[in-house]
Amino acid sequence: MAGQEAVIITRNLTKLYGSITAVQDLNLEIREGEIFGLLGPNGAGKTTTILMLLGLTEPTSGQALVKGLDATRQPLEVKRVVGYLPDNVGFYDDLTARENLLYTARLNRIPPVEAEKRVILSLEHVGLSSHAGRKVKEFSRGMRQRLGIADVMVKDPAIIILDEPTLGIDPEGVRELLALIVRLAREGGKTVLLSSHLLHQVQQICDRVGIFVGGRLLAVGPVALLGQQVMAGKPMEIELQVEPDNEQLISVLRSLPGVTAAERRGAFIRVCCAAGCDIRPQLTSDLASKGYNLLYLRARGYDLDDIYRQYFQGEGYHETLAG
Amino acid sequence: MKRWQASIKDWLAWFRQQQWSSGGLKTVFQKELADNLSSTRFTILVSLVAVAGIGAFYVAAQNIRQVAGEADPQFVFLRLFTTSGGSLPPFITFISFLGPLLGLALGFDAINGEHNKRTLSRLLAQPIYRDDVINGKFLAGLAVLAMVIVALGFLVAGLGLLLLGVPPTGEEIGRLFVYLLITIIYVAFWLSVSLLFSLLFRQTATSALAGIAVWLFFALFAGMLAGLIADGLFPVSEEAPPARILHNAALKQNLGRLSTTTLYDEATITLLNPDVRTLGPVLVEQLEGAVAGSLPLGQSLLLIWPHLVGLIAATMLIFALAYYFFMRQEIRAG
Ligand SMILES: Nc1ncnc2c1ncn2[C@@H]1O[C@H](COP(=O)(O)OP(=O)(O)OP(=O)(O)O)[C@@H](O)[C@H]1O
Ligand SMILES: [Mg+2]
Repeated sequence: MAGQEAVIITRNLTKLYGSITAVQDLNLEIREGEIFGLLGPNGAGKTTTILMLLGLTEPTSGQALVKGLDATRQPLEVKRVVGYLPDNVGFYDDLTARENLLYTARLNRIPPVEAEKRVILSLEHVGLSSHAGRKVKEFSRGMRQRLGIADVMVKDPAIIILDEPTLGIDPEGVRELLALIVRLAREGGKTVLLSSHLLHQVQQICDRVGIFVGGRLLAVGPVALLGQQVMAGKPMEIELQVEPDNEQLISVLRSLPGVTAAERRGAFIRVCCAAGCDIRPQLTSDLASKGYNLLYLRARGYDLDDIYRQYFQGEGYHETLAG
Repeated sequence: MKRWQASIKDWLAWFRQQQWSSGGLKTVFQKELADNLSSTRFTILVSLVAVAGIGAFYVAAQNIRQVAGEADPQFVFLRLFTTSGGSLPPFITFISFLGPLLGLALGFDAINGEHNKRTLSRLLAQPIYRDDVINGKFLAGLAVLAMVIVALGFLVAGLGLLLLGVPPTGEEIGRLFVYLLITIIYVAFWLSVSLLFSLLFRQTATSALAGIAVWLFFALFAGMLAGLIADGLFPVSEEAPPARILHNAALKQNLGRLSTTTLYDEATITLLNPDVRTLGPVLVEQLEGAVAGSLPLGQSLLLIWPHLVGLIAATMLIFALAYYFFMRQEIRAG
């Protein structure tokens, strides 16, 4: 899977817009062949980071290296190896999908015959083959987004940077797109950096994610590991569904050893454990002895959703908003 | 001398390497050329200019034929361009008035259009130099304008031949050629103005309006304003001393020349009307002993040389400004 060599490195990358800090002291390493997800809410600085990686925006300080090339000093060489899908990608409305992609191919100095082949192939990959000859002005939002992906594939770059790639694509399309990205990384050996604020989608395919809030990278790592990091030292929370769901249930749960609190949350019951205590191993037998059956159990804090919320609701978000 | 030549050669080689090595300039140029030629607005404007120009030309030809016998037979062919026929102004006035519109039409949405279509960030993420984009757009616009102007020139020249039956002399052809060249430079000036506005304003409608405002100002109001300022500084009444009248006239003219339209008009009338011997105010004593007659092409060129240099400098200055802004512009899709 992922190689060990870092192909994208940022060193104390900082970008100020006047008094606004868009990105602050970003230190990031993305390894060859991995899929890296840059996660964060609106205005977190994801797009700004990506623009600096491509040399499209000059950093205020710090350095961005792509394959050892300084993005500010050698933007041309960087752009040769990086394919970029901007957020809200646009095309020349009066040209057909095919013509738009051929223009990209020409700008990349791909020989005409090869270009034709690649255009057909990449349109096929994104499911737009039958629309190749249509003018882009007739395209829907999602079709444009797909065309944007095809546009990146025509270039056949070693590094693919996608800014909000799933924006405006229907669920079926998202599944196909994510599968395509995985295929590109696993079979094509491409390095993929994608930004998103849609956790569930990214969670499925990213080898590692970086949580980005208010211009700062708060955590980096595989999703599972991040969960442990975030939840480390915090009391464990468990979500339950128990049958029969009667009046005494809550008090019964509260009386169990190691439980500090229990309350209803919608269809579930949330149980807080004492710090450093995991009640799950004995829970089934404890409940069974009191005449209850366990229907559903989940330890919160191990998926991205919780990690994310933790950062936005907890210290992370408010601190940066205040500072 | 040798070293100087060598360094120029080096520089040219470097320049070529810079410009063509990424291949971006050529590709952008080709695409913009195709875009321009197929755009509706351009077709409309070219038709407008062509119809107005040819109409004026035709009426002028009718007029000249009527007075052919009595008039000075010299430069009949050129007179087709400068004679007004009844209610229609002459050909050169039409071109001077409408030409800027062609330049404005080709450039007013050059950069902000790409911005609004969100194609700019995608374009600049390709391995091309950033200036390839603005250079390619400018050169493509220039190429199309040159094509149109030369084609229109040949068209009316052929028409003139048909209508008058008098072939133009070598000198007339030379003058016509220089006239077309200056027209191309003049329209290129407006192209660079519109390019600049397409960078300064995010809305294409705003940049189009700004371009039209400058055009109207130069074409209509600059002269009036020059007159106002001159009259304010050197009021000329009935009993004003001659020196003041002279100052007034000179100031008025020089202020007017700050407008490229005035520069262009003076240059073209000098070119197409060889009887124009001077462009400044003339005193009666200066005319004493002057031999009536027309200037040869070389002398006319000498007379308008400053105008030519001024036009080129203005075009380059505006383009350099646009270039500067473009290189510094923040590229964001949003
Ligand atoms: N041209 C600009 N001038 C001033 N501030 C800017 C500019 N562009 C972005 N910013 C600021 O930089 C910060 C980061 O913006 P950025 O676009 O990188 O966020 P993002 O993470 O991509 O958000 P989103 O999820 O909405 O795309 C924001 O606070 C924004 O206000
Ligand atoms: Mg963004």
